[in-house]
Parts: sequence; C-alpha cells; structure tokens
Amino acid sequence: MPLGARTRTFSIGAELIEAPVIEAAALEKRYGRKRALRPLDLTLERDGFLVVTGANGSGKTTLLRLVAGLAAPTRGTLEVRAVRQGLGYLGHEALVYRDLTALENLDLYGRLYRVPERRERIGMLLERFGLWEARGERASAYSRGMLQRLALCRALLHDPELLVLDEPYTALDGEGADLLDRQLGELRGRRTVLLSTHDPARVERLATARLALS
Amino acid sequence: MTYLGDVLTLARKDLLLELRARDTLPAMLLFVLSTLVVFHFALPAGADEVAAQGLLWVALVFTALLGLARAWAPERESSALEGLVLAPCDRSAIWLGKAAAVFVFLGAVELVALPAFGAFFSPVDAATVAGVLLASIGICAVGTLLAAMAAASRTRELVLPLLFLPLAIPLVVGGVGASVSPDPGRYLAFLALYDAIFSLLCWASFEYVVSE
Repeated sequence: MPLGARTRTFSIGAELIEAPVIEAAALEKRYGRKRALRPLDLTLERDGFLVVTGANGSGKTTLLRLVAGLAAPTRGTLEVRAVRQGLGYLGHEALVYRDLTALENLDLYGRLYRVPERRERIGMLLERFGLWEARGERASAYSRGMLQRLALCRALLHDPELLVLDEPYTALDGEGADLLDRQLGELRGRRTVLLSTHDPARVERLATARLALS
Repeated sequence: MTYLGDVLTLARKDLLLELRARDTLPAMLLFVLSTLVVFHFALPAGADEVAAQGLLWVALVFTALLGLARAWAPERESSALEGLVLAPCDRSAIWLGKAAAVFVFLGAVELVALPAFGAFFSPVDAATVAGVLLASIGICAVGTLLAAMAAASRTRELVLPLLFLPLAIPLVVGGVGASVSPDPGRYLAFLALYDAIFSLLCWASFEYVVSE
C-alpha cells in the first residue's frame, strides 16, 4: 500500500502482532494551500474500535482515506500494519459498477481478493444485508440505501482485519442501520475498526477509543 | 489466482459492461464507417492509392481515440477505480485488463473497417493487416494509460487527444509504411519495437498513475 514517502506499511509478522495497527505522528494533509487535516497523532491498537467525529470539513474523510492508502500524507508519518488484502474500506461512493448486478460486483471483488468459498460468502452477506432478492438487479437500479448496503457487503467480503468505514450509516433506513449495528457488534473485539460518524451515540457502546477532529 | 487470472477477470468485467451498456463499440463502428464514407467522397476520383492508405490510418486512430475516451468511464462512476486500487491484485493488472478489453473493441471495429476500406478504396494486403494488428497493440497500450491519466482531469476530453496523438505518430508512420512500402518488414519490425517498449513503460508506470 503506497502511502507516500513519509509512510511505511508492512505486513503482519509474528513479532508485530501486538503492535498497534495504526500509528500516526504529526500526520497532516494539504491540497495545495488548503489544509484538509490538521497535524494529528493517533494510535489504534489491534482489535480496537476507534470512532472519529467532527464537523464537516474537519478532516474525517481525509484521515480515513490516508489510512486506506487512497491519499498520501503531506507531512508526518503514518504506519498501517495491515496488508492490502486485510483492509476493508467503505467511502462516500459505493465503489461498484453501476451496470453490473450486485452478484457480479461482489463476484468481481471476491475474485480479486481471492476470497475462499466466494459464492457462499457472497450469498451470506447478501442475505444478511437484505439484498438477496435484488441480487440480479443492476446496481444502477438500486436506491441510495441499497447501494450503501451493497458497499458494506463489498467492504466486508474478504473478512478484513482492518475495517475503515466513512459514515457507514449514511442513507441506511432503520432496518439497514440495525443490520449494521449487529454486524459491527459481531466484529467488535475481533477486528480493528476505524469509523467516522456524525452520530457518535449510535456506536458509543462499541467504541474503545474516540477521536474528535476540529 | 494468478496475475493472468486477475487480468482476465478485469477484462471480462469490461466486456460484460460493454455488452450491457453498448455505449462504446456501436459508436466506434458507426464512426469508422462514417469516416470511410466521408473519405470516399472527399478523395478526388483517380486519387493515388497511397493517399487512400493514409486515410485508413487517420480513420483508425481517431476511432481508437473515441473508444479510449470511454475506456475508464465505468470506473469514474461510483469511483470504482478506487475499489480496484484497494484490491490486493497488482495494479498493472488493472491496466492490462483494460488494455485487453480496448484491444477487443478495436479489433472488432477493424474487422468491419478493413473490408469496408477494401470496398470503398482498394483491397487490403497481408502487410496492412499485420500493420493494423501491431499498431492496435501500441494504440491500446499507450492509449489506455493516457486515458487513465486524462480520466482524473476535469478536461479529460481535451487532455486525451493532446496526450495521445503525438505518441500515435510513430504508429501511423509505421502503419502507413507497412501498407505502402515495397519492404513492409522494416516497418512491421518498427511497430513491434514500439509495442514492446511502450507496453513495458505503460505496464511499469500505471502504478504511479493511480497513486496520489
């Protein structure tokens, strides 16, 4: 995962298993003269659950994109101790193909992520997130909430060890939000989760750490 | 799954998307046929056959440009390219899969364009067919990389031709040379060399195109 010149990322080795999954020091991101993320120190332990809050423009999405490797830091250091195979990312976009069905989209990602027992895993996730009946429909026909559910299936497909979720409750209806609550509850303590939200109360019981950006 | 497996998976995805949307190949076919018809009437009666060969290459290059402009459109929607970049496959496989799909589209267009050219102007010989095949590899390799660079720009429709056409000049020189020269082998070898060098450069540099 190339995160820029000031960043090192390495695979998990036996001696590193207890090391924090994410370590950032004076991490900063600028786009030209505009500062997208103020200098930040951050440590997230393995299997921790970090909830990131902050007003619009405070840098939540930027931080999550830096951790996912989709952006490079301008200053500071960021170490993410997870291989690309072990990262699940949910952003503001679904990252799926509109003209493919849910099944085809997940099959594509399942192949690229070398998911074992791919078909069973895809079926289980589609069932869990209530998309099984709509599995043969193109993503372009999905509502915003259904797309978010599909994006969650995509992010969880390979059972990542580090899950980066940018405002995952966006567009979900009550049932979808409850499904996500249940899924996150199952992952708590088993996987490392970095989640940004405007509704911290919703995930308060899950959080092992909190970060408020300003 | 191997590297080749990833490439096939990605190319298959692009072919499936085109089968569904049908917004690239029909446009390319219509464009190349329209262009050849226009050239047929534009070229004065009794014009040199060599001039007609040049027009074939103009039609093919601009038709390829049309397809390349659409090559990364599915990835722009819903930022699907980020999804591919996050996947653990080698990033060059993304480029190779896309280039392979573009090659299939361009090959399909050429299957129609060459007989049409034969009907409007003069029959194409084996050297021309070999030149078209080799030039297509170069067009797809370079064009797919440049299209990915242009896709990140707001002015992608302007940027792609400005980047692509200068790099396509050697392909046109080699292609026309293979079509009209009494010794086409030299030009075909030149095209093969271009393909080898630029394919390698594009393969190695795609990683940097999709990384910030």
